[in-house]
Amino acid sequence: MLEFWVGALALSLLLYVLLDGFDLGVGMLFPFAPDERSRRHLLASISPVWDGNETWLVVAATILFGAFPLIYSIAVSAFYLPVILMLLSLILRGVAFEFRYKAKPFMRRVWDMGFVGGSFVAPFVQGTLVGSFVVGLPIDGVHFVGGPFFWLHPLALACGVGMCIGNAMIAACWIIGKTTGDARAFGYRVLPGLAVALIIFLILALTISMSYKLQVLERWSQRPALMLLPVAALLAAVGMAWGWKTQRDHWMFPCGAVIFAAAFGTLAGSFLPYMVPFTITIEQAASPSSSLEFMFWGAGLIVMPLTLLYTAAVYFIFRGRVTDADGYGGEDAEDVQLTANSSTGASAVADEAQRG
Amino acid sequence: MTPDLTAVLLSRIQFAFTVSFHIIFPAFTIGLAAWLCVLEGLSQKTGLPVYRRLFEFWLKIFGVAFGLGVVSGIVMAFQFGSNWSELSRRSGPIQGPLLAYESFTAFAMEASFFGVLMFGRHRVPPLMYLGSAIMVALGTNLSSFWILVNNSWMQVPTGFTITADGIFVPTDWRSIILNNVVFVRVSHMILAAYVTTSFCVAATGAWHLLRGMHKAEARVMLRMGLGLAAVLVPIQLIFGHLVGDYVVKHQPSKIAAIEGRWHDEQPAGEVLFAWPDETTETNRFEIRLPAPIGSLIDSSSLTSKEIGIKSIPLEDRPPIAITFFAFRIMVGIGMLMLVLAWAGAFFAWTSGLEDRRRMLWPIFLSFPLGFLATLTGWITAEVGRQPWTIFGHLRTTEAATPTLQSAEVVISLLVFCSVYALIFVFGTIYIYRLLRAGPGAVALSPIGSPNPKRPMSVRGDTA
Ligand code: HDD
Ligand code: HEM
Ligand code: HEM
Repeated sequence: MLEFWVGALALSLLLYVLLDGFDLGVGMLFPFAPDERSRRHLLASISPVWDGNETWLVVAATILFGAFPLIYSIAVSAFYLPVILMLLSLILRGVAFEFRYKAKPFMRRVWDMGFVGGSFVAPFVQGTLVGSFVVGLPIDGVHFVGGPFFWLHPLALACGVGMCIGNAMIAACWIIGKTTGDARAFGYRVLPGLAVALIIFLILALTISMSYKLQVLERWSQRPALMLLPVAALLAAVGMAWGWKTQRDHWMFPCGAVIFAAAFGTLAGSFLPYMVPFTITIEQAASPSSSLEFMFWGAGLIVMPLTLLYTAAVYFIFRGRVTDADGYGGEDAEDVQLTANSSTGASAVADEAQRG
Repeated sequence: MTPDLTAVLLSRIQFAFTVSFHIIFPAFTIGLAAWLCVLEGLSQKTGLPVYRRLFEFWLKIFGVAFGLGVVSGIVMAFQFGSNWSELSRRSGPIQGPLLAYESFTAFAMEASFFGVLMFGRHRVPPLMYLGSAIMVALGTNLSSFWILVNNSWMQVPTGFTITADGIFVPTDWRSIILNNVVFVRVSHMILAAYVTTSFCVAATGAWHLLRGMHKAEARVMLRMGLGLAAVLVPIQLIFGHLVGDYVVKHQPSKIAAIEGRWHDEQPAGEVLFAWPDETTETNRFEIRLPAPIGSLIDSSSLTSKEIGIKSIPLEDRPPIAITFFAFRIMVGIGMLMLVLAWAGAFFAWTSGLEDRRRMLWPIFLSFPLGFLATLTGWITAEVGRQPWTIFGHLRTTEAATPTLQSAEVVISLLVFCSVYALIFVFGTIYIYRLLRAGPGAVALSPIGSPNPKRPMSVRGDTA
């Protein structure tokens, strides 16, 4: 039972960092796209899925709350200010999808700023949280005892940067497979730099955390199988380089995903069975078995597989590359050309409301 | 470690503010999701363009409201841990699994099919599209169910034991989930959402008629909105009474505050209106009905004794005036809604409403009523529960995060207030513009034709 919920938590966290990772990353790349049309394409490629992606964060949080309430209460309250910051970024980003095409030019720029800013800040905070966990939480029994800024630690902040790079990289892979023309070319242009930066970051992070926390090194000597993960990541990186060279558009995202999964697995493997590294174990944090079982028979056994199934179905429905007619404001794309050929797309506000 | 009391107070304000902001959107989207299913079903069955135009019109509004509901809801899921960490730690074994069920059965479903609903019309067959709409609607209802199970457990905790270190351990999930309190409160909430949406739909119809626009669609909205409200409002009032019954049975402090009753009375009278004064512990400007009307309302009895606030120890009393007034606003709105819905429906089905501007105006102006009643209803339930977070077991001060400092909450509260104000104002403006524009033309390409080049929105084409 406990193993099941550890696995479910790990899976939803992985799905979250991977799926919301690419749509957050698209938000980071958004301002650098060559023109309004490519920006539209970038947005259209994530519009139908971002909400579902983000829900994995809620799923992970509620699994944590249900199966490991101790960790949920310690972690979320310890990171009070960063969590609030992350929520605000997600709010500003989330509303931008709905608001952007209904806004007049000035406000559209404001929502775009919220969208881009939120896309940078949210993963930065997430990376910082992961980093702080590795550095260690000040805990006394069952309570967090640190101050409001204990997470301002160089290693943690570096992890924030690493997370941003990772998201941007996976986003570039996504764009390559999902768009055409300028947007796709843009993806190809930014990918190599990001991929190299990510690999360097991962190697650095691994060595620093090993020298910094000797227990981690111990785990690695006890569990030599963990070595397979960095090897898989390296292979995926080689695969990605080959795909980039030979322009295999649909090869990139899976390679990127493997790198993500390997990094995630390495991190988890270095600390298990601890949930808060080296103070609270899975056993200590777990809910009573009456809670775990109740969750298992319905949510775990039946609903979670169904959820995975229709998540996959939605990706299947929206397979293929985006066109001008997709996404928010997609239906207006041609109106823009018909009615406002004098101005750029950006100022031809698709203010549907004015119609009729 | 005892929490900083200012931080607790600020956390309460923050929770109340963010959850009140959040509930505005579910109150609208739960009903709207169902309304979209009806429209799409009718449109597929009859092929009449008016339904399709209405569907596309409300879909855009739904998109904005749903988006705001989702972003404000995510904040709520984290606030349990951030500001109420002791509550999460101690009652996590019960509240956590309930919330987990909500996210699995409801949020994941809503969010995934929301994408299909918004962008998938030309990517899936018509029946599957309708199916996606139904899944979204189902998701919103399941979500209300689980969150109310959760909240009902905090109101009337059952099916648990408390361990030596203060953890609430579930012993009987059946009694936690399937009990009468849950049943009546879920019904009261879902009805509230449907009623709220009915009035919004009818009000939009009335507005367009007043402006002499989109008459065909306006007529449909007016009739369907009023018709549904005429049926649902009386049912809602009955469920309101049933919800009151559970309060009488389980929460003496809350019912005494709701009724504004200071002394035990047997049989009891009923205060209609007053200004409860907590310093003198009396009512000013009281208008009351004589005994045994109070006993009749609270306990369906002519002789029962009803409890007064003075019998509740001072430290266990909720804020009286807020509870008292919030309840009266909700009930007053309920009565007003009944009159409006019945009068409106009567004219709509007999002599027609179109030319009765004196009837159309109040219907148009009724759009905020449902939101107000929903908000004041929740305020009654939650403020009336004070000073407990888990009624009778965990006080609000014990539920708060012990390490939280007031400066942190001041920052977060200020930030939430400003960001919410911004998105609320603009969300409202965008919804207003969409509503004012009315149903646009929709080019009815044969449904299901794969990826037509220009699916819809051919300007000026009045199909
Ligand atoms: C009766 C209904 C109701 C009530 C009382 C609440 N909610 Fe809610 N919530 C919904 C009905 C709803 C919904 C209908 O399912 C939403 C709102 C609009 C929406 O778009 O989905 C939603 C969205 C929503 C989301 C985002 C889901 C996603 O990612 O798609 C979260 C995390 C929460 N809520 C959490 C909460 C919490 C922690 C609450 C209490 C403190 C709460 N909600 C009160
Ligand atoms: C159904 C889900 C809900 C849950 C689980 C819930 C839970 C809570 C919690 C944990 C608190 C803070 C602790 C406390 O003050 O006791 C609280 C306070 C409060 N909630 Fe709710 N709430 C829910 C829905 C709502 C809604 C929808 C509203 C209003 C629209 C609302 C209004 C309030 C108010 C006004 C307070 C502050 C009361 C006070 O401190 O005086 N609640 N609730
Ligand atoms: C005769 C009319 C009504 C009565 C007697 C009534 C009664 C009540 C009572 C006693 C509560 C508090 C329950 C608690 O503490 O948990 C409540 C809550 C509530 N009411 Fe009403 N109500 C009426 C009409 C309405 C109407 C018209 C609406 C909305 C359209 C509404 C929406 C709500 C909501 C959303 C809540 C909070 C959820 C809950 O606690 O169940 N009520 N109502």
